[in-house]
Amino acid sequence: MGMTITEKILARHAGLGEVTPGQLINVDVDLVLGNDVTAPVAIQEFKKLGVNKVFDRSKVVLVPDHFTPNKDIASAEQAKVVRDFAREYEIENYFEVGRMGIEHCLVPEAGLVAPGEVVIGADSHTCTYGALGAFSTGVGSTDMAAAMATGKAWFKVPPTIKFIYYGTPGPWVGGKDLILYTIGDIGVDGARYKAMEFTGEAVESLGMDHRFTMCNMAIEAGGKNGIIAPDDNTLKYIKFRVQRDYTLYYSDKDASYEEVREYDASKIEPQVAFPHLPENTRPISQVGTVTLDQVVIGSCTNGRMEDLRIAAKVFQGNKVHPEVRTIIFPGTQTIYLQALREGLIEIFVEAGCVVSTPTCGPCLGGHMGILAKGERALATTNRNFVGRMGHPESEVYLSNPAVAAASAVLGRIASPEEVCR
Amino acid sequence: MEFEGRTWKFGDDIDTDAIIPARYLNTSEPAELAKHCMEDADPGFPKKVEKGDIIIAGKNFGCGSSREHAPIALKAAGVSCVIAKSFARIFYRNSINIGLPIFECEEAAERIVEGDLVAADADSGTIKNLTRKEIYHAEPFPGFMQEIIQAGGLMSYVAERVKT
Repeated sequence: MGMTITEKILARHAGLGEVTPGQLINVDVDLVLGNDVTAPVAIQEFKKLGVNKVFDRSKVVLVPDHFTPNKDIASAEQAKVVRDFAREYEIENYFEVGRMGIEHCLVPEAGLVAPGEVVIGADSHTCTYGALGAFSTGVGSTDMAAAMATGKAWFKVPPTIKFIYYGTPGPWVGGKDLILYTIGDIGVDGARYKAMEFTGEAVESLGMDHRFTMCNMAIEAGGKNGIIAPDDNTLKYIKFRVQRDYTLYYSDKDASYEEVREYDASKIEPQVAFPHLPENTRPISQVGTVTLDQVVIGSCTNGRMEDLRIAAKVFQGNKVHPEVRTIIFPGTQTIYLQALREGLIEIFVEAGCVVSTPTCGPCLGGHMGILAKGERALATTNRNFVGRMGHPESEVYLSNPAVAAASAVLGRIASPEEVCR
Repeated sequence: MEFEGRTWKFGDDIDTDAIIPARYLNTSEPAELAKHCMEDADPGFPKKVEKGDIIIAGKNFGCGSSREHAPIALKAAGVSCVIAKSFARIFYRNSINIGLPIFECEEAAERIVEGDLVAADADSGTIKNLTRKEIYHAEPFPGFMQEIIQAGGLMSYVAERVKT
């Protein structure tokens, strides 16, 4: 019996010839990740073990990105716990403010993930790196602590759902729309505990940034991991980033899937998720009139170059609506600099947007763009739960960056076609 | 180990932002987190929950973020265990890792009415509704997870192994 890409990677890392869904395995991890919210809890647990070193100083990544630059004294204390730990344990991959980024944009950019590797991170969006053909999944702080000490993590081998996207996506349709459409189809627990394997010509046509977006939101369907088989785009992305050896894995032709779902990508419109779940999706043509107080473009979901470029294309020569506040937050310092060099930052500022330093801030209602009671935002982020961006009686809608930019200009949720004729 | 308590009922897809909103995550102090536990699902919950109380929920409890602060907040608020139709994956792991007992039982989640007095036995998975005189059966944990639970959580389990 053949295996899926997810099963092959897990089998290799468990030292087994083959694995089957449901099997409990102990795997060697290639990378362990934490941030300024989750790592302090992990560090506290790690220290209880009484071990004097992490399993591998080059395989632990600490990124203070959630409440940084420190938003208040309490978050400064948390960030300091992480910084002090990084120094004491000589963690090679600690990224300080000014050199950091939103972890899931930063980690692949820094070449810390290669195809075929196993990554766990104390952040649910760790599933992002499946876009590189790696097995990557979110865990809690205690799992992170155990893995920092032992280099291992236990897993139940997940069954896989294969998603095939046929056809050519429309001009304003990207990875965000394919994944929102999919979550709208299967629901927020439609892939609970399962691997989501994204395939088909539409996915193959997508650049890496769109693929990161798709895998990033696997968790929003309850998935354990999202994964896309490596191809030329993948290899091009890692060429100057990853120097070590890696293995490319592909699903066997006779691999066993729990389910196969097929979509015609040419029929998928830009999607908007209504409050308060990512599964409440509607095509842009069915949104109706939804006025906005704030637009947020960025995050680990849509804070990469392709996202900023398409947003800038819509903002070019336009102004943000007088009643809307627009916040752009690039994913990393490198992305920020590249956007600056390409003139995108100038377009944003001239349009009347705020351009923020990389931070998770507004996405999780932490800082840098909190909503008041009754306010409504459209965001390119990943979650629109109650209170996600501020007051429990505020509302968050989700979309791709082009729709978000067009909506910022018109002051209501709108298609980019209304702005870019 | 048996947990007996009064029940509070919640719906489907209760996410970790509802269990402990991110705006309070500038600390991981359990007592602080407990003050805001379930606040965005029921603003009065932190004040009315009492030690030993049991949460009953629908499908996909604990979806969303990986924050371990969620089960920590529930435990610190005095919640003795959570009974749900199903749990989101990371929340499930976190609960076992930190020792918050959870029970997956569709029948119990359907039948129990808020305020019912319930006794849940972690070893057998038996859930007794003392108010309605009914008995439900939760899925037992796989053996490997029982070892973690019996060790008192993942770190105690790992500690035994890093020493040998």
